[in-house]
Amino acid sequence: MKSIILRSATRYLFPIIALFSIFLMLRGHDEPGGGFIGGLLGATCFALYALAYDVATARRMLRVEEHQLIGIGLLFAAVAGALGLVVGDPFLSTYWTSEFPVPALGQVKLGTPLLFDSGVYLTVVGVVLMIIFALAEE
Amino acid sequence: MMLLILAVFLVAMASPAVERLTGRWAGIVLALVPLSLFGWFATQIAAIQSGAKVSQSLAWAPALDVNLSFHLDGLSLLFALLITGIGTLVVFYAGTYLRGHAFRGRFFAWLLTFMAAMLGLVLADNLIVMFLFWELTSISSYFLIGTDHQREAARRAALQALLVTGLGGLAMLAGLLLMGAAGGSFEMSQLLLSGDRLREHALYLPILLLILAGCFTKSAQWPFHFWLPNAMEAPTPVSAYLHSSTMVKAGIYLMARVSPVMGGTQWWFGVLTVVGGVTMLAGAVMAIRQSYLKRILAYSTISALGVMTFLLGIGAAGAWSPESVEPEMALYAAQAFTIFLLAHALYKATLFLVAGNVAAQAGTADVGHLGALARAMPLTALAAVLGALSMAGFPPLFGFLSKELLLEATMKQPVLGEVLTAAAMLAGTLFVVVSALIAWGPFFGRTAAATAQPARETPLPMWISPLLLGAAGLVFGILPQRIGEPLVGPIVTGLLGASEPVAVHLVAWPGFNFALLLGLGAIAAGLAIYACRTRVLRLSEPLARLERWGPGSWYDRALAGLIAIGQMQTRLLQSGYLRNYLLIVLITALGLIGTAILRLESLPIAWDWPAADRLRWSYEHLYLLLTACLILMGAAGAVHSRSRIAAVASLGAVGYGVALIYVFYGAPDLALTQILVETLTVLLFMLVFYRLPGTKQRSSPALRLRDTILCGTFGLLMSVLVLVAVNIQLQDKISDFFIAQSVGLGQGRNIVNVILVDFRALDTLGEIVVLSVAALGVLALLKLRPGREVSA
Repeated sequence: MKSIILRSATRYLFPIIALFSIFLMLRGHDEPGGGFIGGLLGATCFALYALAYDVATARRMLRVEEHQLIGIGLLFAAVAGALGLVVGDPFLSTYWTSEFPVPALGQVKLGTPLLFDSGVYLTVVGVVLMIIFALAEE
Repeated sequence: MMLLILAVFLVAMASPAVERLTGRWAGIVLALVPLSLFGWFATQIAAIQSGAKVSQSLAWAPALDVNLSFHLDGLSLLFALLITGIGTLVVFYAGTYLRGHAFRGRFFAWLLTFMAAMLGLVLADNLIVMFLFWELTSISSYFLIGTDHQREAARRAALQALLVTGLGGLAMLAGLLLMGAAGGSFEMSQLLLSGDRLREHALYLPILLLILAGCFTKSAQWPFHFWLPNAMEAPTPVSAYLHSSTMVKAGIYLMARVSPVMGGTQWWFGVLTVVGGVTMLAGAVMAIRQSYLKRILAYSTISALGVMTFLLGIGAAGAWSPESVEPEMALYAAQAFTIFLLAHALYKATLFLVAGNVAAQAGTADVGHLGALARAMPLTALAAVLGALSMAGFPPLFGFLSKELLLEATMKQPVLGEVLTAAAMLAGTLFVVVSALIAWGPFFGRTAAATAQPARETPLPMWISPLLLGAAGLVFGILPQRIGEPLVGPIVTGLLGASEPVAVHLVAWPGFNFALLLGLGAIAAGLAIYACRTRVLRLSEPLARLERWGPGSWYDRALAGLIAIGQMQTRLLQSGYLRNYLLIVLITALGLIGTAILRLESLPIAWDWPAADRLRWSYEHLYLLLTACLILMGAAGAVHSRSRIAAVASLGAVGYGVALIYVFYGAPDLALTQILVETLTVLLFMLVFYRLPGTKQRSSPALRLRDTILCGTFGLLMSVLVLVAVNIQLQDKISDFFIAQSVGLGQGRNIVNVILVDFRALDTLGEIVVLSVAALGVLALLKLRPGREVSA
């Protein structure tokens, strides 16, 4: 679709949507959001590029292949689960740090569920884009 | 132990790279891995002999009683030694045998994967973990049989082996689950302490039959034996390793493993003795009818596996019921089983490697065209003679001892002793014929026809491997007492389920007795049959006709039937038109749910409709009514639009309306997801429809009426369901637990997310895997259509 309006809008919308998707993923544990929703949104901003420009441009923006995203995502989720095995706990046991202050963000805590959720995020982005790119290239 | 298995898996992954780097030395370098493992297991012999048991456990899913637990005792130690010992020689041999083969790296990867899986199988203590490794051996066997995947026969044989063993494996999984439930534990070491609990359990028979289904398919027992001869399409090292000495013995291993708690019953005795006996005789008869070396060996392997099943059947658990099975007989049977297992592994691997040498050097493996190779290949001939003498049961080789003990065990059997002894005699006689066919004809017989190429002795790795194995058979035969106490003793103790270590005294020469006489008779009869084998073959001609109706053809017919049913239902249901799919889905759902609802006497629907002051209610809930209107308008627009894109956009409006409802009722996560999914769906539709021409014609009025009625009914049904669901209160709601524990256990205030990434993380992991597989499927469907250039 060669629409100047869509193309210009996409260029400004892209960073906002991308940031928002990551924001959604990170806040997911306490507020509405999470890896799945964030991933859908993350895929949307690349899909928008594919619609406004073409798939090649969107792929350049993505820099990695979709199947690599899927693989890394699954690996993240599996590693997050396997950490427990090393210590002798069951698979998918969770671990959290205590809260610590981070400038501009407030109290933050890190844990394996976050790693797991980023795995979900990456997998969802990869899966959705794989389907959309394949369709759009037809 | 766990780390050892893991290490082999890692080496297997790295082996294609190692193979490229080391080139012609690949076989030697990679053989170091099983060799060092063999060394480690050998150091454990003394500990196991003194009655120690090595265990290791790691929690995997403790709530399901699934743990990565491993256990080393006499039985698993002998198997581990065989796996690593023969594995070393086979890897060494294959390095030379497959030199220049295009897939040598991949071959090593699968061979070592198989080795790791097989080690895991015999060392695993947890039933589920054992099953996992069991299936892994089937899968690696599939790839190894299909190494030369360009040939159709290889692909067919690989698939056949996978389907037959896989089907048995599924039955076995059911059996293992039942056994774990009945015995109260999924740990084999716990089950072995449970005494008569399993034997007296109401589900004993189903458990036994299901587990035996797995064992019989894996260990090629009649009538599931037919996949094994076909598996000879594999390269010879694979046949020598998987299909004679290790994988096919997995079923035997499991039967031996469970025999102390499952064996000794009438059913156990009946099924194992009959199936083992039939396999033993049928395999031996079919073996002498073959003319290709590897097929002769394959059928004789089937026969040998039958012997082992037979021995387990007659001997199991003498300690359990001394009145029904004589303890002395059980001791003989357990000894005979162990010795036969070891002897067979040694001589059969030897003979397979010899067959590989002959085929490689002479260019043919047809015994009718082979002869007088001993002069050209003296070392291979020596190995062949050692292997064959052991198989035929000549003293002082190891096979002699196993045949002695086998006959002793059958003669001591109180029930049908004479019949069983006669069967064992007959099998022994035919083994002699097989030995002569393999070792005498090709190496010392007169040349019936010129071989395809002048034969020369093979390179060192190819003759030394069979020679070492053959020599081991000789050494064990001369000095059986050296392995009797340390190796055989613990196994016999385990098989009998005895609490005290059972003393095992093996002697190379038991003196003149009846069993020896029978053994000599078998040898004489075997040689006589070999001498006039053409006449015997003609006599057995009717058997060939019988073979056409045998189990092998059942497989073909079952497979053809399955494919036919598949094609029929594809024609019936999968027309390729989306509207027909929808129609089928809707009608099915309507039929199933509709019947269920109609059978109810009353529907628990309560209308929460404000009776008084309807106007004020409507005013307060105006936003809800407006949303409902939006949804209805969207639906109407989607139905009436003449352009596809407009219809999709209208559907999107419906979706956003539903998302609004979620927002109103406090489900922000759901609303977000709905909006995003809706957006992406519209986007996907746009991508597809953008290129389609506009709708030219619409369905006929009659069809549209049918669709309207169907969809209307379905909508009605869904509304009823929703109304019913609102009024159903389950007793213990799991959501209460999640709400209570979300902040404390899950450390998060968003319950939905805590459930997804913590409480139900395993489900989520499964879902993202499914998602990934689905994406790959879509990609394959879109990109790999027939008649299309495959890019990148």
